[in-house]
Amino acid sequence: MKNFGKYFLKRVFFMVITLWLIITVTFFLMKLLPGSPYANQEKLSPEQIEILNKQAGLDKSVPEQYVIYMKNIMKGDFGTSFQFKNQPVAKLLRNRIGPSLQLGAQAIVFGTFIGIILGLIAALRQNTWVDTGATLIAILGRSIPNFVFAVLLQYVFSVKFKLFPIAGWNGFASTILPTFALAMSPLADTGRFIRTEMVEVLSSDYIELARAKGLSYWEVAFKHGLRNSLIPLVTLLGPLAVALMTGSLVVENIFAIPGIGEQFVKSIMTNDYPTIMAVTILFSALLVVVILIVDLLYGVIDPRIRVSGGEH
Amino acid sequence: MEKVLEVKDLKISFDTFAGKVHAIRGVEFDLYRGETLAIVGESGSGKSVTTRSIMRLLAKNANVDSGTIMFKNEDLNKKDDKAMQKIRGRDIAMIFQDPMTSLNPTMTIGKQVAEPLRKHEKISKKEAMNTALELLRLVGIPDAEKRLNNYPHQFSGGQRQRIVIAIALICRPEILIADEPTTALDVTIQAQIIELMKDIQEKIRTSIIFITHDLGVVANVADRVAVMYGGRIVEIGTSEEIFYNPQHPYTWGLLSSMPTLETQDSLYAIPGSPPDLLDPPTGDAFYPRNEFAMQIDTEETPPFFEISPTHKAATWLLAPQAPKVTPPQEIVNRHQHFQKIMKERELVQKKLREV
Amino acid sequence: MAEMDYSKIPKEKFELIGHQDAAESEKIAAPSLTFFQDSWRRLKKNKAAVISLVILGLITLIAFGAIWLSPKDPTKQNVQFANLPPKIPGISVDGFNGTTLVRGQRVDKYEQVGVPEDVYFILGTDSLGRDLLSRIFMGTRASLIIAFVAAILDLSFGVTYGLISGMKGGRVDSIMQRILEVLSGIPNLVVMILFLTIFKPGILTIILAMAVTGWITMARIVRAQTLKIKDQEYVLAATTLGQSQISIALKHILPNISSVVIVQMMFSIPTAIFFEAFLSFIGLGLTPPNASLGMLLSEGYKLFRFLPHLMWAPAIVLSVIMICFNLLADGMRDAFDPKMKD
Repeated sequence: MKNFGKYFLKRVFFMVITLWLIITVTFFLMKLLPGSPYANQEKLSPEQIEILNKQAGLDKSVPEQYVIYMKNIMKGDFGTSFQFKNQPVAKLLRNRIGPSLQLGAQAIVFGTFIGIILGLIAALRQNTWVDTGATLIAILGRSIPNFVFAVLLQYVFSVKFKLFPIAGWNGFASTILPTFALAMSPLADTGRFIRTEMVEVLSSDYIELARAKGLSYWEVAFKHGLRNSLIPLVTLLGPLAVALMTGSLVVENIFAIPGIGEQFVKSIMTNDYPTIMAVTILFSALLVVVILIVDLLYGVIDPRIRVSGGEH
Repeated sequence: MEKVLEVKDLKISFDTFAGKVHAIRGVEFDLYRGETLAIVGESGSGKSVTTRSIMRLLAKNANVDSGTIMFKNEDLNKKDDKAMQKIRGRDIAMIFQDPMTSLNPTMTIGKQVAEPLRKHEKISKKEAMNTALELLRLVGIPDAEKRLNNYPHQFSGGQRQRIVIAIALICRPEILIADEPTTALDVTIQAQIIELMKDIQEKIRTSIIFITHDLGVVANVADRVAVMYGGRIVEIGTSEEIFYNPQHPYTWGLLSSMPTLETQDSLYAIPGSPPDLLDPPTGDAFYPRNEFAMQIDTEETPPFFEISPTHKAATWLLAPQAPKVTPPQEIVNRHQHFQKIMKERELVQKKLREV
Repeated sequence: MAEMDYSKIPKEKFELIGHQDAAESEKIAAPSLTFFQDSWRRLKKNKAAVISLVILGLITLIAFGAIWLSPKDPTKQNVQFANLPPKIPGISVDGFNGTTLVRGQRVDKYEQVGVPEDVYFILGTDSLGRDLLSRIFMGTRASLIIAFVAAILDLSFGVTYGLISGMKGGRVDSIMQRILEVLSGIPNLVVMILFLTIFKPGILTIILAMAVTGWITMARIVRAQTLKIKDQEYVLAATTLGQSQISIALKHILPNISSVVIVQMMFSIPTAIFFEAFLSFIGLGLTPPNASLGMLLSEGYKLFRFLPHLMWAPAIVLSVIMICFNLLADGMRDAFDPKMKD
């Protein structure tokens, strides 16, 4: 347990360093951009721009701005959005995080659940048509870009058959298509991963021993196989989180979901730097935390790592 | 003596991309209650396939082409999978080669040892755990009660093999199949495990089929020995008969390639490599590597010639027409030793009769 | 076994003939193949991979051949001929004969805008009157170039980094590993987007944006493999014989990790194609009049309620390329993996 505490602290330390690096690099990159964010707004006179710059603290030297920015971030203040005047970025994002989280959660639960089932069936019925079907779904899910899939769903189920709302965020029905579109790649990845793991586990010696004990095929598969192939799935959470973030940008856009991803794309289009920075930091923080959780979780659920105190 | 298992004319082949591999080509042997039968042979000779076919744990591409495996007056080859599940682990249990990989890494050993009992007998979890504890003590796991909730990786290789043995024995099986149970272990641990197996056999009177390629181990454990080559048994007899009165040239080769205290020169190596079972040679499969090969060996499969009621060998050298050959010096020494023992034994028996 | 009366066998059959030539019996029946020949043999048996390879070859050939043999000029605008439906010579099926539905009436758009009789736009035209088919050829070419160059950059940087990290070991390795750890905490998407908002969009920027993050996975894999192979006896033997670290890395380690590297590269190509399309779709990709598959998709999406084929055509090409690359990469991984050897 002492080992574990040490390991934990080390990991958190690296997590903080990573985040600090990301914030710093992003900040200076943004400062590299030519001109003031207000410069291309024609209606403003030079005097007005100067006032605005002063308000935003842009008249100070870059290192000073950096210190101020870091201080503000500690307080949870990400500055004011350029796009929506006088709207703090933090508030803007807080209003938008709900839909994104809901979609993400729905997609990951649905995607991994179906993926696990598909992968299991494929592994247990190796080289049958079920296996081929599951493999096909996995290949399609991995190959067809999620925005193509999203548009396809929208076209077929909303435009042609009018089964679901085309876009927007009103009620559960409007979340179904975006969830499907987002879940496609987690589903494919999970299915593939579980199939490979399960095939490997099923050919291991302890499975043969379990058979020699007199257990039936299904008992062996579920009592001995499932747990051992599910444990490594935890490592897939990091890549899945990234896939969901990536997916959210386009899927939220296509279905006009008022989420972080949709905001991010809008901010990029309008050069809303404070918002771009905030989302960048938010996404990075999310990924770093997910990776940390994965490592810790792996230690908890895999007895081999658990007892040796989380050392790799 | 009571027969526990009777294998007759067993033929097994595997479908592979290159064609049919005839792994087992007519194996026959009996197993008696309480004895240890060792099956010896190089890799690919079919010893593992034979035992796995008794458990009916063969790979999917395996075909049992013919033969019967009689156990308790029933042919195991005719049983469906459900019936086999009732036999596996309860009547016939198995120990595998590599203790490092044959335990489930994410299940406590208490659960793993108790599992066969929970499967085969209507017994509460607690009772099963108690029996598991008893077994772990029997196989010599120190502090067993504390370690019931440990995971496999917390045990050494030798201890893990003891646990695997505990799993195999928990239902007190009639037959225990040990597939090279000591190969993956250190030599000192090997001796311990073999002692343990002998010890336990005495306690629960189980019959053991002991598969190995290590003749040194065989001498320690086996009552009888079957030598396999190219998917057939080529010689079978008591340990004494196989070690001191071997008849098949392959057995000669095996024994000569085993170092003894008297070994002076370099060790003997059997020339050539095992037969290709995709296209097994006609006649005696050993003939291409046999320095005593005869024309007939290349044409006809040799039948078993009986040397004693317990000893038979499948080699044409035992046919009356065959020329007398002088086996390698090492074997001649062994034969002489055997004759000496036999004479002494006769004398003792004579005296006993007189008394 | 039927008892045979073996006493009838003539005595001459029992003449000793001795053992057969040992060399003869030790001969290995299967022909010896090098690792890559053997892998190629196995890859050829994988139908999906072979078909994918053929399709990809054709697509590449057509996309690059179109530089000289393009049906139309892909950048030539002709607003008069804008938004024409597909028209394929000799086919009179609705949807491919230049007609479209206007308020429930089928109208020949080509006649309407006065396209000469012998001019066909096989996939129709976009909103600026450019020939879609030619644009798709051009876009495919751009997407493939971006993907290949990005993958090669990933490869060269990742392999170098991973080899050095793995070979040096000790302090150097742990510092290099820490750097990787920190870098891999940043979502690659974020890096690409930052990169593209800061620098002027163009093929080179996109390639660099992808290469900036893409090499990390490769470096990790190469390092792990290097560490594994470094411990093998034959490397130890080479070290004992006095070979330098560089020569061990190049002569012993690199050839042995090449299959893993190739497979990883094969997987990084579709990833690069995806990200290019993705970035273009959200408006960060190439600028007109250039075209990439992602850009065509994004342009098509704007009009797809009315002219869906503008979106479907590039979407299908993109998906086919992605599927083929993934199938081929899968096939190569299986072919290289000795565990799967049959």
